Amino acid sequence: MADATAPYRIKGETGDWEVVIGLEVHAQVTSNAKLFSGAATAFGAEPNTQVSLVDAAMPGMLPVPNRECIRQAVRTGMALDAVINRWSRFDRKNYFYADLPQGYQISQLYHPLVGPGEVEILLDEKDENSVKQIGIERIHVEQDAGKLMHDQHPTMSYVDLNRSGVALMEIVSRPDMRSPAEAGAYLRKLRAILRYVGSCDGNMEEGSMRADVNVSVRKVGGELGTRTETKNVNSVRFVMAVIEHEARRQVELIEEGGEVAQETRLYDPDKNVTRTLRSKEDAHDYRYFPDPDLLPLELDEAFLEECRSSLPELPDAKRKRFEGLGISAYGASVLTAEVETARWFDGLLSAGAEPKQAANWTVAELFGALNRTGKSIDECPISPEEAAELLKLVADGTISGTIAKQVFEIMLETGDAPSKIVEERGLKQTSDTGAIDAEIDKILAANADKVEQYKAGKEALFGFFVGQTMKAMAGKANPGVVNERLRAKLG
Amino acid sequence: MSVNADQVRHVARLARLALGNDEIDRMVPELNNILGWVEQLGEVDTDGVEPLTAVIENHLRLRDDVVNDGNVRDDILENAPDAQHGFFAVPKVIE
Repeated sequence: MADATAPYRIKGETGDWEVVIGLEVHAQVTSNAKLFSGAATAFGAEPNTQVSLVDAAMPGMLPVPNRECIRQAVRTGMALDAVINRWSRFDRKNYFYADLPQGYQISQLYHPLVGPGEVEILLDEKDENSVKQIGIERIHVEQDAGKLMHDQHPTMSYVDLNRSGVALMEIVSRPDMRSPAEAGAYLRKLRAILRYVGSCDGNMEEGSMRADVNVSVRKVGGELGTRTETKNVNSVRFVMAVIEHEARRQVELIEEGGEVAQETRLYDPDKNVTRTLRSKEDAHDYRYFPDPDLLPLELDEAFLEECRSSLPELPDAKRKRFEGLGISAYGASVLTAEVETARWFDGLLSAGAEPKQAANWTVAELFGALNRTGKSIDECPISPEEAAELLKLVADGTISGTIAKQVFEIMLETGDAPSKIVEERGLKQTSDTGAIDAEIDKILAANADKVEQYKAGKEALFGFFVGQTMKAMAGKANPGVVNERLRAKLG
Repeated sequence: MSVNADQVRHVARLARLALGNDEIDRMVPELNNILGWVEQLGEVDTDGVEPLTAVIENHLRLRDDVVNDGNVRDDILENAPDAQHGFFAVPKVIE
């Protein structure tokens, strides 16, 4: 098995190469209205219906920032342990494109809202000690552009401005990642944190999260190489594919005597290749300057305090708390990876379930059932309270573990409460020694030869007697009592 | 600081201004005049003076997260040179 913590190397003709990766993640801020206008942000509306005169850049319209977008970006910064700048400012990034009616994007170059922070990833999710810190350089707030459609008409492109002006957070990492797996772990962790915080839904298919992937290669321990930037990659898997492909392309290029050009590239998922979009020199002359329509953004202590106090328990803290309750590192990691799962499980604990038993049951039985039926945890037909009741029936000896699986299946089918199912179908475990003794006597009488063998030293047969007794009792006998009575009778 | 004809041509291209050579020739001294005038401001000693963002004491106002605008597609598209099926239609921008 490959060691998840072993360094990732590209084997070249001239030796081993190391990959250096930085990610710029564009995350759409969860809000009702846009960053600078009162138009809606909902996904999937009819074209150009969620556009105000501000978003269409009609002359004389003035932007007014949406407090909630600022708040969510600040909360995100706090969740990443980042410096929050109480004074920040908006700048204009000037370029012409058909999806940008203003002729500039309002962004934050010189004074971003959020400064340095970090994200902790596990290189191996089963190993608590495989942690690595990925530095965050900054988070700034900016407007999204509109959407272009090129395939609707032979000679025209269609422009939909519904997305124009929607708030984005650009989360810029330091070039701290060294493998596709690290980049994948970073993205998944970042996505989980955003979803816990509630500042972005993390839905990569709908474009709520996209990454620009910066990749360069160097001889192990050598000078940093020239990087390329692959734009707008919209899944974790694609980001990892881009890095693998781009690193190998760069190594081959250099080893053949070529040079990596600093350029912007595009990823084509169908062919799994990247290709040149534009070279850096002619594209990046954005002539940034402070937006004269907007005063500096100043945040007071009350605003920051509300942001801080409204943060939920974050994935790392939750994982550590679960581990402190005796749950395995792996279980805690699985249970906290998605905010919905973590909430459901927390509900199970609040309903009084014993943590270790609850974790094992959730990961094995509940996830198994959800997988089988193709349901997400949000569509789970069983409430945490009902599940806690089921687990309690096992813990207090009312039903056996085997019967619990049956009861769980019936719960999934009927939606009935576990105690009702156990009652109605007579599934209660019995500790009635009279009934158990009667069955044991029959079994011992019918298997006199095996009793002889057992007494002669073939102790493995004990399990056979237990199995026969449980079978005769239709699984409802208390295994502890069965063991005890058998030992007494077999001497 | 001053600009030459090539720089003016570059800036004009970035601003999507189609300037003829005679216009460029006229523009170079005009822009250099402006730059020279702005440079004079640099002669004032501003050490220790906070940048002034507005002449009257004013703070950025923030808006509540409420949808109260949009749904004006016809107005938005009215001035477009071409609109089809509710979209702006522009000459194809990729090959």
